[in-house]
Amino acid sequence: MAEVMDHRAAILGSIRKALGQASSKDAIAEEYAAIPRTYTKTGGMERAALLAHFEERLVEYDAGVYRAAKDGIAAKVAEILTARGKPGLTLPEGVPAEWLPEGFSFEVAGLQALELDKTPGVLTGCTVAIAETGSIVLQNAAAQGARILSLVPDYHLCVVFAEQVVLTVPEAFARLEGTSTLPTTFVSGPSATADIEMTRIKGVHGPRFLDVLIVVEA
Amino acid sequence: MSGVQTQDGTQWNRQDFPEAAKEILEQSQTRKNVQHATNVIQGKRNKVVAELPDWEDLREAGAQIKAHTLRHLDHYLAEFEANCTAAGGHVHWASDAAEANRIILGLVQQHDAKEVIKIKTMTSEEVGLNATLEANGIAPIETDLAELIVQMGKDRPSHFVAPALHVNRAQVRAIFQKEMHLPDLGDRPEDLATAARTYLREKYLRIKVAISGGNFLIADSGGMCIVESEGNGRMCLTLPDVLISIVGIEKVIPSFQDLEVFLQTLPRSATGERMNPYNSTWCGVHPGDGPQEFHVVLLDNGRSPILADKEARQTLQCIRCAACLNACPVYHQTGGHAYESVYAGPIGAILTPQLHSMKEGRSLPYASSLCGACYQVCPVKINIPEVLIHLRGKVVQEDQATLAGKFSLWNIGMQAAAFLFADAGRLGLAERVGAVGQKVLVSKNGFIEWMPLMLGGWTQTRDLKALPAQSFRQWWAKEKAPSAAAKNGRVSHG
Repeated sequence: MAEVMDHRAAILGSIRKALGQASSKDAIAEEYAAIPRTYTKTGGMERAALLAHFEERLVEYDAGVYRAAKDGIAAKVAEILTARGKPGLTLPEGVPAEWLPEGFSFEVAGLQALELDKTPGVLTGCTVAIAETGSIVLQNAAAQGARILSLVPDYHLCVVFAEQVVLTVPEAFARLEGTSTLPTTFVSGPSATADIEMTRIKGVHGPRFLDVLIVVEA
Repeated sequence: MSGVQTQDGTQWNRQDFPEAAKEILEQSQTRKNVQHATNVIQGKRNKVVAELPDWEDLREAGAQIKAHTLRHLDHYLAEFEANCTAAGGHVHWASDAAEANRIILGLVQQHDAKEVIKIKTMTSEEVGLNATLEANGIAPIETDLAELIVQMGKDRPSHFVAPALHVNRAQVRAIFQKEMHLPDLGDRPEDLATAARTYLREKYLRIKVAISGGNFLIADSGGMCIVESEGNGRMCLTLPDVLISIVGIEKVIPSFQDLEVFLQTLPRSATGERMNPYNSTWCGVHPGDGPQEFHVVLLDNGRSPILADKEARQTLQCIRCAACLNACPVYHQTGGHAYESVYAGPIGAILTPQLHSMKEGRSLPYASSLCGACYQVCPVKINIPEVLIHLRGKVVQEDQATLAGKFSLWNIGMQAAAFLFADAGRLGLAERVGAVGQKVLVSKNGFIEWMPLMLGGWTQTRDLKALPAQSFRQWWAKEKAPSAAAKNGRVSHG
């Protein structure tokens, strides 16, 4: 233990020696607050254009994009699963019953990787979505669950409510402020790589297929 | 020169840039691959950067956040440590590569692991972690596609975002066919990615210890952020029981909120995407979600002394996007291996010598034409050309302080040049002497095709126009100076 402490003291001491006199906590906070943040914070795009922008970005990533009204979620889920040839999906805790159509099997998953590897896919909600970058943000919360759920299965269907979609990255961070310590994943399209000749290829280790169902008012 | 062990057991920093570059310039396939890849990323990067009207504001904010953090680095590291520990993480401190290796090896052995899965980490390469693990009977398995290609090909990374950018698909296929025993493997990128998926999936599901680097340490939440594309990162930081992250001390940022800047600038600069497929953030240990044992090793290894140099401190603002590599005309020709350094390209040229207290990589500050393309694309506004010149000055001063350096031809030549250029009369005399003295070297066509000693570096690949019989200054003094002096009412001293 003594040796570990030595390295800590050595590094912090070396930093202090290089920087000179330390500032007070208040002075540091004041200096931090004075950093100019003149970049765009909020969007100001009206709802319909915002959703169209989000869709366009998702399609560019090769994600499937669908729309449903609030009372038509289950019917749309049934349509998507039929199109994908899926007999059902795995669920995190807290998925509302009205998302789930009859005639398909939905099971709340355990968190065993080997079992999840055999499931046909997963259905989740999200915390916030970013139109500008085509991103959905998942956290360990109701209807989203542990990170493993949206990782190991090869197919992910994500339900995004229109009011969860913001235009800019800073707007998303403003919404995440209160839950920033939760495990969080920003997902922008299906897993991909550009490591071979800089060609973006879909589907390496994460889900190879991503569908997003956007739920609008009516 | 003493180097650091790389994946294939060879050394970094084996030779100076000019020698290493000469070897690479003869490998036409490698050059073709590098040029193709850097052109593609540059094109994509320029397109998505142009989309953001506030790009310059984002650069400025990013630069200032990083500069502020570096000015108070001890404060923010202590804050990170306290918050990460409170969230159930274990924070370790490593002054140097040996200590980092000792800590990580100890943790891996404590869990009796014979294999570990790894997310691409340049700090691991910097400390030679794979060699240490292998020497102790532990197999490190790289999971980033490019890093896997490098590892299986017993090669070295040449770019820190796309480490295998110097090989093409046919070469990748040959490596995978041999190492994965897949004689019928195709060479479409899809085939190669699928082969990697199948090969690694079994390992993700089985291996219990993972090692990663980190893009950002977040002081106010005690969290970490990892930015990636393939999902291999998510696999490594979600499925195993134990996660060990080795991160440079300069990677800390004050607040979770600051990611709103870097998660815009990093993906656009690194891969030319609006957002890379996956970003993960987490704090310590979360019950029922991810590894239940989490260690962060904070690595100094030559970083803290750089803070003392106010002009060069900005080097540590780097977020490792590699945009400067892709934009650099020198990197474009030589690729990454010529730098003989874990960190290649313009940023490597300033970081590497400083990490080694200017004891290694001393030729690297000269591996640049100072065109400034690197500064222009840098998302945290590191003025690389300024630091390059500053470091050249350091190299020269240190050399002059040694006896051999003081009496070297370079130093004598430069001192003589400084003496001549310092005074108009001396320069005029030198021009007149030169015009006569050069006669033995000038060919019939009026060009000098050969020069002696180190001046020969110039004439090796091009001819030099001979000094004219009359210099501009002589011409001016004769033709223009009298009338100019009359007009201005003062005497020219040309």
